[in-house]
Amino acid sequence: MLETVIIFGLVNSVTLILTAIGFSLTFGLSGVANFAHGGIYILSGFLAWVLLNSLGLPFALAAVLTVILVGVLGGVIYRVVIMPVRGIVLSEVVATFAVGIGILEFFRWRGFVTYDFKIPAIIKGSVSIAGVYVDYQRLIIIAIGLVLAVVLWYFTHHTRIGLALRGMAQDEYTALSVGIESDWAATLSMALGAALAAIAALVILPLGIISINMGYDVLLLALAVTIVGGLESTNGLILGCFILGFARIITGTYFGPEWMEVIYLAAIVLVLAIKPSGLCGKSKELEERV
Amino acid sequence: MKTGFRKERIDRGIKARTDDIFAIGSFKEISYVAMPRFLVIAFLLTFPLLGNLTGIYWQNVMMITCTIALLAISWDMLASVGLVSLGQAMFFGTGAYITGYLNHGFNWSPLLSIPTATVAGAFLCTLLLFPVLRLRGIYFGLITFAIPLLLSRIIEATKILGGTEGLSGLTPLPGLTVELYIIITATLVCVFGFRKMFDTDYGLVLRGIRDNDRAVMAGGINIQWFKTQAVFIAALPATFAGAFLTHHYQIVGMPAFALEYSILPLTSVIIGGAGSFTGAMLGAFILVPISEILRAFGTLRIVVYCLVLLIFAIGLPEGIFHYIQRKYHQFERLVPLEEIKNET
Repeated sequence: MLETVIIFGLVNSVTLILTAIGFSLTFGLSGVANFAHGGIYILSGFLAWVLLNSLGLPFALAAVLTVILVGVLGGVIYRVVIMPVRGIVLSEVVATFAVGIGILEFFRWRGFVTYDFKIPAIIKGSVSIAGVYVDYQRLIIIAIGLVLAVVLWYFTHHTRIGLALRGMAQDEYTALSVGIESDWAATLSMALGAALAAIAALVILPLGIISINMGYDVLLLALAVTIVGGLESTNGLILGCFILGFARIITGTYFGPEWMEVIYLAAIVLVLAIKPSGLCGKSKELEERV
Repeated sequence: MKTGFRKERIDRGIKARTDDIFAIGSFKEISYVAMPRFLVIAFLLTFPLLGNLTGIYWQNVMMITCTIALLAISWDMLASVGLVSLGQAMFFGTGAYITGYLNHGFNWSPLLSIPTATVAGAFLCTLLLFPVLRLRGIYFGLITFAIPLLLSRIIEATKILGGTEGLSGLTPLPGLTVELYIIITATLVCVFGFRKMFDTDYGLVLRGIRDNDRAVMAGGINIQWFKTQAVFIAALPATFAGAFLTHHYQIVGMPAFALEYSILPLTSVIIGGAGSFTGAMLGAFILVPISEILRAFGTLRIVVYCLVLLIFAIGLPEGIFHYIQRKYHQFERLVPLEEIKNET
């Protein structure tokens, strides 16, 4: 029982990190709350499916193509949809919200709702760890999640582009005055966020089928962890993912699976009531939020 | 040095006359002020009587239109204190479930259960949103987006309030014409009442909170308390709409928290224009009939909303109402640029 909780809690937490990291990165770097995140996630799944099944590409090529195409799409969404309304928070939210729901409902209308839509696992089979059977796909999720977290940390802290993006997030006017172009940085952050959503979709979706409603769930999950951990804070995101990931598995194991979703509401309400800036929120965020 | 022209926008003469001079001179001036309001009220009050002409289908569409208009007005009210809601379904669903529970569980008559659900639902929603009221802008939107989705999950998980099947067999309301009159009256009262309220000092404080909450705080006003009141007032039309439509359909279920009740009001406000309540109502009266016509296309409908939403959010951010209002009150003329240079 305890081993199950630990192993699946870990898998769940890393899944959450993968799901939410794109949303959190875009928000942290450019302040755009990308409500199209769930839509982009599902879009990547279907795009990969089409590349694999209709065009018959090998998995590796299809995966790389999906990530690149979705990344470009993210940049295009920023240029076409968000840039004209940049700075008007309501319009930004409404525009990305509309894009996300538009994508999801478009696929529903085209009939992408049957059980045929699956992405194959990278390696099939399972292994027994401490008496618990875990399939390789879940281990791959953990590996990719951890690698991605490290790479992103290195990217945002030790590369010129990453530092430029963070400068933009901290103080837009100062960043402009040292020659960092605001729209270019935001486009890049949007593209990165979308590409991360695509990676998440490629790794997580093989665990089940691609379903439209999952798009809404993904957005909800991303919101929940970022609220609990504190927006704009990567450490907070990871902490939030581990708290919610384990909380979910523990309630699922000991109270029954129907309570797994309820735990999010409880977590959000608790965090907001006690510390509205999130667990790792700093005073700067507090100033903006309260 | 003739470089070109620019557009100048000035008030019409009749607008200037009816605006400032209190004694209204002629019938023309009176109708300039009163006619738009009068036409709207007259249309809405005669509509239920035209049942033979319009058919029962469009009477039902009117019902839904008014419901969405109420939700949109509620959204606009929240937005006027700077709270952006992405989950109007929360208010709608709360009102719907309370009236359903009272009627199903305790056999309360709709005469009693609808008002109770309106007030109690608004109170409950205010209580639920109270800890979040400190949040600004986007953060509040994030929470309101999550709450209705999670509430429906809770109902699904705990199987309270009828679980996935909902509560059915509720008491029907007496006839479509009466129902229409009730909801139309409610819509008109909300629109004109809220507009009136925003002309008073109380409304001034609320708008001040939206424009610059620090300044209002510096003025010694407890903005938390005013925001709480505003949420309660804003929740009333929405919970009423939920409670009322529940008795109209005689069933309440998880669709009461559906995304549609969050998106449609939002789209209405974006189309009509925020900040004036009339804009919200106008948006609903444009959007809902169009969406009924599109009903044959299934979920493509929602894709169409999203496109409309995008076009309006980017192309005409002020909304149709403010555009019409401007054209009604003002006219444009070309002014040579040279002339302006001489002035300065």
